[in-house]
Amino acid sequence: MKRKIPLAWLQLTREKVRLTVAISGIVFADILMFMQLGFMNALFETAITIHRQLRGDLVLISPESVNLINMESFSRRRLFQASGFRGVQSVNPLYIGLGNWKNPQTNVTRGIQIFAFDPARPAFNISALNKHLNTIKLPNVFLFDEASRPEFGPVAEILKQGNTVTTEVNGHRIKIGGLVKIGLSFALDGNLFTSDLNLVRLFDNRSINEVDVGLITLTPDANAKEVQKRLAANLPKDVRVLTMAEFIKFEQEYWKNSTAIGFIFSLGVGMGFIVGIVIVYQILYTDVADHLAEYATLKAMGYTDLYLLQVVFQEALILSILGYFPGLAISWVLYGLTAKATFLPIAMTITNALLVLSLTVLMCTMSGAIAVRKLRAADPADIF
Amino acid sequence: MAQTQIVSIKNLNHAFGQGSLRKQVLFDINLELCSGEIVLLTGPSGCGKTTMLTLIGGLRSVQTGSLKVVGQELHDAKKEQLVNIRRQIGYIFQAHNLLRCLTAQQNVQMSIDLHDEVAFSELRSVQMLKAVGLGDYIDYYPENLSGGQKQRVAIARALVSHPALVLADEPTAALDSKSGRNVVELMQQLAREQGSTILIVTHDRRILDIADRILEMEDGRLIGSPVTSAIANS
Repeated sequence: MKRKIPLAWLQLTREKVRLTVAISGIVFADILMFMQLGFMNALFETAITIHRQLRGDLVLISPESVNLINMESFSRRRLFQASGFRGVQSVNPLYIGLGNWKNPQTNVTRGIQIFAFDPARPAFNISALNKHLNTIKLPNVFLFDEASRPEFGPVAEILKQGNTVTTEVNGHRIKIGGLVKIGLSFALDGNLFTSDLNLVRLFDNRSINEVDVGLITLTPDANAKEVQKRLAANLPKDVRVLTMAEFIKFEQEYWKNSTAIGFIFSLGVGMGFIVGIVIVYQILYTDVADHLAEYATLKAMGYTDLYLLQVVFQEALILSILGYFPGLAISWVLYGLTAKATFLPIAMTITNALLVLSLTVLMCTMSGAIAVRKLRAADPADIF
Repeated sequence: MAQTQIVSIKNLNHAFGQGSLRKQVLFDINLELCSGEIVLLTGPSGCGKTTMLTLIGGLRSVQTGSLKVVGQELHDAKKEQLVNIRRQIGYIFQAHNLLRCLTAQQNVQMSIDLHDEVAFSELRSVQMLKAVGLGDYIDYYPENLSGGQKQRVAIARALVSHPALVLADEPTAALDSKSGRNVVELMQQLAREQGSTILIVTHDRRILDIADRILEMEDGRLIGSPVTSAIANS
C-alpha cells in the first residue's frame, strides 16, 4: 500500500483564514452567477405564463405576429377550415387586445391586456376562469386578474368586500364580474378576461371574424406532428401552424433574441465569473509566492515541474468544489426568498446548477493557469 | 568498502553573466569523491563553494568540463536525467527548507514518494525520524520544532531514501554549537550505516574532525586536499 502525500490539499487546509477567504470569494461569485441566471430564466418563464394555461395542441397564428402582445389577426375562416381535418377535435379562437383601463379609484388610465374567447369554447385551462363562463356571457362583464399591478386600483379588495366595481375601458363602461389569478410578465402589467363579443364592443375596428390565436385541440389518437404537417400543407399561407411547444418557444425566442434581457443577464453572469477569477487568482498567486522556497526545495529533491503544476491546479479544483456547494446551497435559499418576495418563478434547475459548476471549475482553472506562471521563479539553484 | 567513484569532476569551469559582465567563479576543478567518504569543503565566502555544490547536485547546467555523478555525465544532460540524478541525492540546506504545511513525518515521506519502488513509506518515514531521535515529534509541524530538531527532520528527509550522495550546505550555520555537533554526528552515523558519500560545505571549524578529507577552495580553485586528522589519526 502506498499513499502519496496530498500536498495540494494539505497546503490549502493549513491556512484556515486564507482558505476561508478564498471560499467566500468563490461563494460570492457563484451566488452572483446563480442569481443572474435565476432572474433571466424567471423572466423568460414569466413570458409564457399565459401560454402554459392555453387549451390546445396546435396553434394557428399569422406569419406577421411578433409575440403574444403583438399579434396580427387572421381570418377566423382558417380555424373553421382546420376543424374539418382528420385528427382535429375542436378549435377555439383567442382574441387579444390592449385596452385603456381607468383606475376606478383615481381615474388614471393605463394599458391593460384583454384576453377574450367564446364562452362556449373556453380557450384556457384555468378552472377559476372556467367557473365564471356564465358571468362573461353577460354584456360588458369582465374578469380581473388579481395579480395585476396595484396601479390598476384596489379592484380585488373592493370586490372581496362585497361591492361591485364598474369602470371604463376604451371609454366603454364595464363591470368586473369576478377575479382570477394568472400572473404577470414583462409584457403584462394587468389582465382582463372576457367573451369575444365583449371584446369586440370595446374596439370600433375589430370583428369577431378576425382572431389573434387559433387553438386546435386534437383527438386523443391523433399525432400532433402529422396533423401539423397536413394543416400547413393544405391551409393558405396566411397562417402558420405551430405545436403548443413551438408557440411557447416562439414567445421565448422573441424575448431572448429581440430584447436586451439575455445580454444584460449574461453580462451579470460574466461579471460574477471575472470577480471569481480575480479572487481565486489572488489566492493562488499568494500561495505560490509564499511557497516558492518550498517548491524550489521540491525541485531540488527531484520533483518535476509537472508535479508542481499539478499541485497548483489541484488547489484550483479543490477551491472550486469547496466554493461551489455552499454557493449552490445559499443560492437555493435566496431563490426561495426571492420567489416569495417577487412572485417571479425563480427556481434552481439542473441546467443552471451544472452551468455554474462548469463556470466555477473553468474560473478556478483559468486563475490557476495565470498563477502557475509564478512557478517559474522557483529555481532550485537559488535556495543554497 | 569498495571505492567506487560517486562524483568525478574533470576540468570543470563555470562562469556567470555574459560578455563584459562575465565573471568566472570556478577554475579548472578536478575532484573525485568515493563511496562512503565524508568530505568537507571550506573556504571564504564567495569563493565558489555553493556554485560547485549546485553543479554537483544537478541544479545548474555544466558549462565546460566533465562532471559525473553516480556514473551519469551531467555535462549536456537532459532535463529528465538531471531530475533523475537529483532523486539519488539527499540535500540538507542551511535553512532547513521543510514544507510548513506538512508534519515532520509527511516532510520525510515527501522524499520517499519520489521513488516508485519504496513501499511502506509512512512506516519508513516514522522509523527514520526515530533514528534521528524525533520519535516523539512525528506529527509536529516545523513551526513547533526547534532549529536543531528541524535540521534533524531535514537530515531524515535527505537520508530516508538511501541516497548515494548527500550534499549539505552549511548545515550547522543556524544552530548552536551543541545542536550543530549533534546534527553532524547524526549525519556521519547514518551515512556510515548507509554507505552514503557526504559533501559538506561549511565554515564551521568545530566540525572539521568528522571529515575523512577537507578540501579548501579559494577564488574558485581547489587548493590542495589536505588529509585531516580524522584519517591521519586512524
